[in-house]
Amino acid sequence: MSKAYLILENGQVFEAESFGYEKEVIAELVFSTSMAGYMELLTDPGYYGQMVVQSFPLIGNVGYIGQDMESDKIHLSAYIVRECAEVPSNFRCEGDLRSFLIENKIPAVSGVDTRALVKIIRDNGVMNAKISFSKDYTTEELEEIKGYEVVNAVKSVTSTEVVKKDNGKEKTVALINFGIRASAEKMLDGYYNVIKLPADVTAEEVLSYDPDGIILSDGPGNPKENEEIIRVISSLVNKKPILAFGLGHELLALANGLNTKKLRYGHIGSNQPVRDEKTGRVYITSQNHGYFVTDEISEEKAVIRFRNVNDSTCEGIEYKNGDISTQFSVDLSDGPQNTSFILGQFSELMK
Amino acid sequence: MPLNKNIKKTLVIGSGPIIIGQGAEFDYAGTQACKVLKEEGIEVVLINSNPATIMTDNMIADKIYIEPITVKTVKRIIEKEKPDSVLSTLGGQNALTLCMQLAKDGFLQEHNVKILGADPVTIDKAEDRQMFKDTMESINQPCIPSLVVTDVESAVSFANEIGYPVIVRPAFTLGGSGGGMAADENELRSIALIGIRTSPINQVLIEKSVAGWKEIEFEVIRDSKGNSITVCSMENVDPVGIHTGDSIVVAPAVTLASKEYQMLRNSAMAIVDALKVEGGCNVQFALDPESFNYAVIEVNPRVSRSSALASKATGYPIAKVAAKIAIGYNLDEIKNAVTGTTYACFEPAVDYIVVKFPKWPFDKFVYAKRKLGTQMKATGEVMAIGQSFEEALLKAVRGAEISHDTMNTSVFDELSNSQLIEKINATDDERIFAVYEALKRGYTIEELHYLTLIDEYFLAKLKNLIDFEETLRTQELTDELYIKGKKMGYLDSTIEKISKQKILSPIKAAYKTVDTCAAEFEANTPYFYSAYETDNEAEAFKENKADKEKQTVIVFGSGPIRVGQGIEFDYASVHCVWALKELGYDVVIMNNNPETVSTDFDTADRLYFEPVTPEDAMNVINTEKPYGVVVQFGGQTSIKLTKALSENGINILGTSADGIDMAEDRERFDALLEELDIARPAGHTVMNTEEALKAAEMLGYPVLMRPSYVLGGQNMIIAYDASDIVEYMKIILSHNIENPVLIDKYLMGKEIEVDAICDGENILIPGIMEHVERAGIHSGDSIAVYPAWSLDEKMTDYIVHCSKQLAVSLGTKGLVNIQYVVYQGKLYVIEVNPRASRTVPYMSKVTGIPMVKLAVRAMLGEKVTDMGYGTGLYRNSEYIAVKVPVFSFEKLQDLDTMLGPEMKSTGEVLGIAKTREEAIYKGLVGRGCKMNKDGGVMFTVKDADKPEIAGVAAKFAKMGFTLYATEGTAEVLKNAGLDVNVVAKIHEGKIPDTENTASLIESGKLSYILSTSSKGRIPTRDSVIIRRKAIERSVPCLTAIDTADAVAECLLAGYTQDNTTLVDVSTLNK
Repeated sequence: MSKAYLILENGQVFEAESFGYEKEVIAELVFSTSMAGYMELLTDPGYYGQMVVQSFPLIGNVGYIGQDMESDKIHLSAYIVRECAEVPSNFRCEGDLRSFLIENKIPAVSGVDTRALVKIIRDNGVMNAKISFSKDYTTEELEEIKGYEVVNAVKSVTSTEVVKKDNGKEKTVALINFGIRASAEKMLDGYYNVIKLPADVTAEEVLSYDPDGIILSDGPGNPKENEEIIRVISSLVNKKPILAFGLGHELLALANGLNTKKLRYGHIGSNQPVRDEKTGRVYITSQNHGYFVTDEISEEKAVIRFRNVNDSTCEGIEYKNGDISTQFSVDLSDGPQNTSFILGQFSELMK
Repeated sequence: MPLNKNIKKTLVIGSGPIIIGQGAEFDYAGTQACKVLKEEGIEVVLINSNPATIMTDNMIADKIYIEPITVKTVKRIIEKEKPDSVLSTLGGQNALTLCMQLAKDGFLQEHNVKILGADPVTIDKAEDRQMFKDTMESINQPCIPSLVVTDVESAVSFANEIGYPVIVRPAFTLGGSGGGMAADENELRSIALIGIRTSPINQVLIEKSVAGWKEIEFEVIRDSKGNSITVCSMENVDPVGIHTGDSIVVAPAVTLASKEYQMLRNSAMAIVDALKVEGGCNVQFALDPESFNYAVIEVNPRVSRSSALASKATGYPIAKVAAKIAIGYNLDEIKNAVTGTTYACFEPAVDYIVVKFPKWPFDKFVYAKRKLGTQMKATGEVMAIGQSFEEALLKAVRGAEISHDTMNTSVFDELSNSQLIEKINATDDERIFAVYEALKRGYTIEELHYLTLIDEYFLAKLKNLIDFEETLRTQELTDELYIKGKKMGYLDSTIEKISKQKILSPIKAAYKTVDTCAAEFEANTPYFYSAYETDNEAEAFKENKADKEKQTVIVFGSGPIRVGQGIEFDYASVHCVWALKELGYDVVIMNNNPETVSTDFDTADRLYFEPVTPEDAMNVINTEKPYGVVVQFGGQTSIKLTKALSENGINILGTSADGIDMAEDRERFDALLEELDIARPAGHTVMNTEEALKAAEMLGYPVLMRPSYVLGGQNMIIAYDASDIVEYMKIILSHNIENPVLIDKYLMGKEIEVDAICDGENILIPGIMEHVERAGIHSGDSIAVYPAWSLDEKMTDYIVHCSKQLAVSLGTKGLVNIQYVVYQGKLYVIEVNPRASRTVPYMSKVTGIPMVKLAVRAMLGEKVTDMGYGTGLYRNSEYIAVKVPVFSFEKLQDLDTMLGPEMKSTGEVLGIAKTREEAIYKGLVGRGCKMNKDGGVMFTVKDADKPEIAGVAAKFAKMGFTLYATEGTAEVLKNAGLDVNVVAKIHEGKIPDTENTASLIESGKLSYILSTSSKGRIPTRDSVIIRRKAIERSVPCLTAIDTADAVAECLLAGYTQDNTTLVDVSTLNK
């Protein structure tokens, strides 16, 4: 294994060992505190344009498990761990993690003091970084790192074709795909007939299928970059009941005239506590988002239904017209659950 | 719901003495709980028979009853104190079971006492085997095929139906006590019989064995609103089949894919919901390594050993949160004490790996069966935190104090390959080391997985260590290789030893924080572990948050709980920390025991969770740069550091390294005694059997033998004749011991014990203790009475005089413990320990003298004369206090229960009263003796005891007990005019119409047995069989004539559980 270096936009350099594909890359550096589920994380379209550092030190223990992929490939730009298991062990293991990363041409480094790295992100906020094979950098290089922005995120991960799935259910929903994860899609298939649409679909086309409701999926990037999509959504509001998750939740908020902001360092992990303001119950949710909807909401239009227990930021909205959105995932396979009642509420809305 | 304002006065039930399966973790949990209640303004009434606990301290509870934890006593306390509620989930299984009994017979309702923490329905659903099974079926959670039975025949017929092997699990017993795995019908018959008898409701579960599946545990917390979170997952390195208390455990689980993890987590959540748990709960699963099949093994709706481990592993204070939930709070209303900013309603994320390694008593109990199974045998455990499994494992192993600094075990060198495989298949406490040896010999990971079913992931990690050691041996020790070794957990000394090369530029450890959130939020917890990185968070913490006006002092803790070094030393360490804080120091503690109060992150100003070894200590010292360090409160574990630290120029507060050496080095100590003209039993030093026999001949039998390299009674015996010497020398010499063996004249006199505080000039003796049993039984196993009752004024003065001379000559600054024998009117010194002893907590509580605090002040230079308690012997308390040892014999098969110079007890209870008889009575009841007032008593004593036996037997006869005795003993009793039934010895077989000793015990006619034959140790001997049988049938078996006499005396005095005085010890110290 050759030496590699992680160069942060503030000039700090971490020495590491390269164990993935050997190429240099610049991306936004975020951390995940999840202790299990690296297969899901690597293939989650939500990490488009980012490099992820795992705070848990032992990664790759169960090897490569194809069944657990959230999409057909790895979407993040680079992967940073403390230690990657050389001898994985699991009854479903089909190979090691290292080979999977190399096949997907994803740079990955190990041997990093990942905790020190997480602390830097926590204290300074999200920053960009570069995986490099030389320890020295020029000022131009640093400028390039600083100047990096995640762009065209949704465009890069959405699907291009319309897929109609008759799941033998009573209701049919139009699912606009901003980068949905396989497990979330599978869960929706368990509830509805699904018409999966590309992100650049027009409002007319959506309505032309005459769905019972519309679902806006999760996805990567800054919600504000999707100006056209936000316009499309605003013309769908009040036409059909809408349910939205993650990026979809942020987009729906913008379409309703609300505002979003970037979190200092994102909510990434499977242990985010969210309080249902209506019932007082707290749910442990799985999340991956770098932006949030701000509190400037007029009560005539919407109420904040869910809040993060730790930082009180908005985690879900109930609009006066009945539309619902959550910042967290309401799915069954990846994260802690019990929030599936939201789907029940949406189904009511479609009656 | 916020705090329930109706709760004003709560009874907290503690867990009682430390026994195998119920350790110090309940003192930790109970202390946290009591603190929570007090913080909320609730009056706390506590019952706990264990005086060596922090929770029985004045500052923890308002009313403290160190009384037997029995239904009767608890009822009396409720009647007296009239609490409005009782907290039952923090005192382990005993407290929970007891609370259930009180609830079920309507007593609690009658007295308007509300149960906090768990209601009887929840407990029943979790603990009653059938109800549990039904509940699991109702929520579609898979259980293992099983059936509850109450007789052996039903067990056999069910097992024949589901197939062998099967596991027998008795209902309502601790740590699976009395259970086991049966491979065929024969085994099942004997195990089921024991199990049915052990269960208080005579009920066992026969269950299909899933041995070999992964054993995964979850710690879950749920509040009354239904919010629930999992604190931590844990994975046993040893698959199902070995009790989790005897398994090497990692946290979090590391061999599960997210699918499996979520599946089990969801199941755990569904279970606590179905049971409506309010508080902490432990759920254990078996997971098929080859599919998604799993089964729920068991659920404990209370805090437990596992929850203590999970708390320390994550930093999440489970007991504290459970207590808050019990009094009405919800998870989202409780702040996360670690970050101070986030809430308790979240799931901890960790960014390290934790390894727990058990501490077994087999080094002391050489004849006990070492095989591990469903019955827990470990007395304690250590925990280690690392950034890799290898690092955490090596830290755990070296911290377990089992003479290992790597996974290599030199004695295995002599085993052939087939012997080695046999050793692995024996599944004993050394299995992991045998596996390591096999990997070293070239067996593959697959082969060892096949043999042990240990996951390949862990085996590969062991292989990494082997490969690294091979590289060390064969390559140049570069900086890079050295750092790699440090990150894998090796000590500098080990790296140099293996590589035979000098480390050119040694590096020191940096420290990372345990913060519950993997650095996601800034944490305020001063809880650290070492890592070989550059970012040193402990240094930054000290720089930014510690009070720079204060001088730093490091206190070294006592490591794992083991026979001979129990919770008392954690008690002393914690009090030392508190005293230093009070005196204005910035206090650091270093320890590696997850069960204790000392490793709670808010005990000291900073906690280093590290193995207590010289190099690990020097690393902490390097970061902390303390003014001084304290070694005298952590037992042998910390005392052992003295030499190394002192050679490194570290300021050891209190008694100097030289003073400690003088007390431990026999020659120097003898010279000192000579100089002071204080007598000690005559003795010799020998190297082989021949010399030993000669020396014994010269001294005259009996003689006391022990190896010179250990203190505290390890491997000590009394030899009554030449054959004992031969047997014992064989055992010692087989350990390749190069140190000499000490042979002393054994004086069967009164044993006297003194703890004192010394400032180098004067001493304060809080009290003098006298043992019920004459010398020959280890002081930890004797019933100790304060104050001594049989010393005249002259002897008392002489003891005070000698104690002062000894303490002052050794330059003691702090605590000193001295043991004496009074034999034929003359005083002899047995040993002097310039450190805290196991009697310190109990003496502190009874005399009202805060011994550790005063010792700390003396250590720092204050004069005893300025402390306000005077000098010399302190005035006697108005109460008599008796420390009664408690054993874990039920858990240790084949161990002879005969007491001798080697300590066997695992814990102790206190009896406190106005008279000695009443105090002993309370102590014995607290220990668990039924104290029957009728029935039979069987005597079988050795020749040396025969002259005294008639007097004791007569007392029992006078009370109407039926006497039984073996032939020789019966002869003596008959000659004394007593009516006695002769019983045949076991090997004499059963003569028609008469009993032999074994069948008599089986018959249930006996209330007490006195068996003093010392021809013990070897499990097949008659006397050992009798004593083991007594344990199986729960008949109190006394092994010293003095103990039997004391039992007779307190029975004669007419005490019952109804007429003893309940003493609130909190009033004694005021």
